[in-house]
Amino acid sequence: MKLGFSAAEEDFRRECADWLNGQMAGEFKDIKGITTLTEKAERRKEWEQQLAAHKWSCIGWPEEWGGRAATLAQQVIFAEEYARAGVPGRVNHIGVELAGPTLLTFGTDEQKKRFLPGIAAGQTIFCQGFSEPGAGSDLASVRTKARLEGDEWVVNGQKIWTSLAHISDWIFVVSRSEEGSKGPKGLTFLMMEIDQPGIEIRPIKQINGDAEFNETFFTDAKCPADSLIGAVGEGWKIAMGLLAFERGVSTLGQQMGFRNELNDIIAAAKATGAANDPLIRQRIAKAEIGLQLMRYGAMRMLSNTDHSKIDGAALTYKIQWASWRRGLGELAMDIIGQAGEVAEGDAYEWSMLPNLFLYSRSDTIYGGTNQIQRNLIAERGLGMPREPRGDV
Amino acid sequence: MEFVFTEEQQMISETAKGFFVENATSVRTRQAMAADGIDRDLWTGFCQELGLAGVTVPEAYGGAGLGQVEFALLAEAAGAQVAALPMVGLAMASQAILVGGTDAQKADWLPKMVSGSVIAACAGSADLTPEGDRLTGTFEFVAHGASADVFVLGNDASAWILERTSPGVEVTAHVTMDQTRPLATVTLRGAQGDRLADGSAAMQAAREAGWICVAAEALGGAQEALDRTVAYAKERVQFGRPIGSFQAYKHRLADMMVEIEQARSAVYWAACAADEQSSDLPLALHAAKSFTADTYAKCAGDMIQLHGGIGFTWEHDAHLFFKRARAIQSMLGNGNWHREQVADMILGEAA
Repeated sequence: MKLGFSAAEEDFRRECADWLNGQMAGEFKDIKGITTLTEKAERRKEWEQQLAAHKWSCIGWPEEWGGRAATLAQQVIFAEEYARAGVPGRVNHIGVELAGPTLLTFGTDEQKKRFLPGIAAGQTIFCQGFSEPGAGSDLASVRTKARLEGDEWVVNGQKIWTSLAHISDWIFVVSRSEEGSKGPKGLTFLMMEIDQPGIEIRPIKQINGDAEFNETFFTDAKCPADSLIGAVGEGWKIAMGLLAFERGVSTLGQQMGFRNELNDIIAAAKATGAANDPLIRQRIAKAEIGLQLMRYGAMRMLSNTDHSKIDGAALTYKIQWASWRRGLGELAMDIIGQAGEVAEGDAYEWSMLPNLFLYSRSDTIYGGTNQIQRNLIAERGLGMPREPRGDV
Repeated sequence: MEFVFTEEQQMISETAKGFFVENATSVRTRQAMAADGIDRDLWTGFCQELGLAGVTVPEAYGGAGLGQVEFALLAEAAGAQVAALPMVGLAMASQAILVGGTDAQKADWLPKMVSGSVIAACAGSADLTPEGDRLTGTFEFVAHGASADVFVLGNDASAWILERTSPGVEVTAHVTMDQTRPLATVTLRGAQGDRLADGSAAMQAAREAGWICVAAEALGGAQEALDRTVAYAKERVQFGRPIGSFQAYKHRLADMMVEIEQARSAVYWAACAADEQSSDLPLALHAAKSFTADTYAKCAGDMIQLHGGIGFTWEHDAHLFFKRARAIQSMLGNGNWHREQVADMILGEAA
């Protein structure tokens, strides 16, 4: 057990920090510090390409596909320095962290050749078509249909909460390919190009006024027959494999974003005098401790190579960070008070802390609600009886 | 960076778990509770057969020369069975002497502590007045104080070794809520002490070792409280179903696991930071002590609630966990104090 980084790793940290800080002070100064996923989307696509040009877009991938085959420690360091430098979140997060690893694990050589270079180059932006109006927590009840007609899949149905679909090039879709099948059986995982007449994107306005999510409608949308990952009917397996990648190294980058939020709260507490309130001091200390434990939980999760046993740190991670961040939003508002109720300009747009308060309500819902997480923890982690299922 | 146990550490952990499960049984612990809160055979077994009491002590003094991570594994395993042992006294006193003592003091005391032939207790108090090597003062709430053969006592400036049998050392045992770690008041009336070379460093080392010890005990206790409740949830049937199938029940179990996993990160972060002497050690220690104590209290309280009536009986072991958890919350700085230290670090002192 060892927490420190080696001298070579610290050199790598300096290399990352120097490059990222240079970019944020230079050519990409205009995107520094953006905290929403939607602001200046076009510039951020250019940023994806800039990362790629300097081989920073997917450092954990194998070298033959544009990565650096970076060690775990190096990936941790890059994620930390990325957020520390105030670089905004990756608009191609889903491509790099989810679609890429899924292709590397389950894709054919031909599919890897078709998709990975574009993702690595920051040219192909991906979004995720899982949830539907009738399939939220109960993801396996998807109804979007796919049927093979000649050399094409034809897809009809509707997805919802497709984050960043409006700026994406491709979408991966879990669809029901076997007529009359129920639950996780008979599903197929397809990669579809968004720019086609059969796909329509409509933004969904959220409680913070922003529109990061979308409804995505499929009306005889098409993709070539070889667009499926895995076999016909294996969609559930691929989707679950993909979700496992969500707990990868990117969690550490996400945490550094949380670090920036907590730092803002600490600064606000000092500015408003709330830092002298013993109750606020306790809550800030708790928030700090929670964030540190998240970091070390992620380190445990990432260091663990024994996948034969349930990894408690990984299983509990989602509810841990989501609940922590929701609490952070409440703490922020308690510190800034009524100033947080008033927007800075004429638009219904919020600066970091009020936005955190509103946005963090989604954290305990998307990617599995806290209630679903508790079911998973109790059932998978503790062996409790499964929830009874109704007739599908 | 590799935040997983080495093979050696896993072996120590498994050996210690096996030892305490087999030996620190409810029957034996209750016998100790009815006496002075120490299972002597267990202590001898731990020190001599297992030979792990000196895990952090250099081999020259009879120890194993390993670190706080290894010690935390032992304390976690002992805490899981609420073992009635003077573990925290050993951890604190031995670290104090190791860090602040002279070579002669180390050679005199560490081998005896490690072999279990003397029982040590350690405490700090502002009420200590030395005149030469004669000490006057009062130390309250000394863990296993009434059973100790030797004390390491100090204030911020100095620390001293005192033998129980020295004239002027008075020990008053108290009936204590947690009978596995009874508290005593130690009163010094001109008692002769053997001054440690660096008292301030010694007391700091004692506190740090104490925090890691009780944090690891709390982790072990919380996990065991969850494990035993999970077992009960599977076997107890009401309304024709195992009670663990009710969502209100299983969600509470899940919440326990969420806290415990964070507590595990906290303990081994702190222990590892201590071994590496990293700059975030103070933060890690305050985080570990406060977070794990609260986690244990929550889990032990839930253990009683989720067992229903049987959990409220003397016969069931739930109250051993519950009382140990409460004691850990209060000892060596309560949660609010530790969090205020964290607040100081990140906000500065309150105006």
